[in-house]
Amino acid sequence: MAYKWLPRWFFQLASPRWCYQITGQLIPWFAAISGLLVVSGIIWGLAFAPPDYQQGNSFRIIYLHVPSAILAQSFYMLMALAGAIGLIWKMKVADMVAKSVAPIGAALAVLALLTGAIWGKPTWGSWWVWDARLTSMLVLLFLYLGVIALNSAIESETTAAQSTAVLALVGLVNIPIIKYSVEWWNTLHQPATFKLTEKPAMPPEMWVPLLVMVIGLYMMFGLALMLRLRNEILLRERRASWVKELLAVKA
Amino acid sequence: MAFESFADFIDMGGHGLFVWLSYALGIFTIVGCIVQPLLQSKAIKRDLRRRFRREEGSA
Repeated sequence: MAYKWLPRWFFQLASPRWCYQITGQLIPWFAAISGLLVVSGIIWGLAFAPPDYQQGNSFRIIYLHVPSAILAQSFYMLMALAGAIGLIWKMKVADMVAKSVAPIGAALAVLALLTGAIWGKPTWGSWWVWDARLTSMLVLLFLYLGVIALNSAIESETTAAQSTAVLALVGLVNIPIIKYSVEWWNTLHQPATFKLTEKPAMPPEMWVPLLVMVIGLYMMFGLALMLRLRNEILLRERRASWVKELLAVKA
Repeated sequence: MAFESFADFIDMGGHGLFVWLSYALGIFTIVGCIVQPLLQSKAIKRDLRRRFRREEGSA
């Protein structure tokens, strides 16, 4: 089904071989830039950002907690989008992307929850509260785990991809719930640092390293995604002649 | 620098355990997510090459 309004590169994306080649070119750049950003962000956040006048030095956990939480949500949206594209256009590559994203998103959700709990202990006196933000992030993790479990439970790749895509899309409603939870409900968790239209409530010495970490970790986990995707492509396309040629040359 | 000495840096104003535990988890997650697919890639390529060699041999 060719849609006239879709650009040509959209259908080029559908080629696993093309994806394998382009990710091969992107990976070194992503590795270098993300490495630089993450290392400098961590050093800056740990050693150079001023301590918070209320929380002291425990606030430095923000430089891991906020990026991982943002990424866990973004990757979920990517997983749902890839799943939808796979469902609508029957694109194998979209299914492979969705499958590759799931474990990374789950790991990020776990990191966000753990760093949040560790930060909560000295700040609120408690490792966990069942407030809206924390609970909906936990639901996000369960959705990720559900997608992973469902995928491994179904033998046929296509059926597995379809089922997990449906699950991912059904769970998509959780994303706005997480985002607006701190506005809609009385929560213990504080409101957003970065808003689209307002200046951040914290000084630049504190939020600039946070932005560096968000961008750096986006690229680093994007890199992780590309690595997983390439493995998935090699496995599924192993019968293709380009794979055989690729591996024969490297021998 | 936000700290007077290295000892202060490790102590993090009393919150050292919380901060360093979080960063250890963070590094572990990042490294794990990069290293695991790299190792898997090696295994996949090794297995596929073996399979191709076997197929060629029986062809």
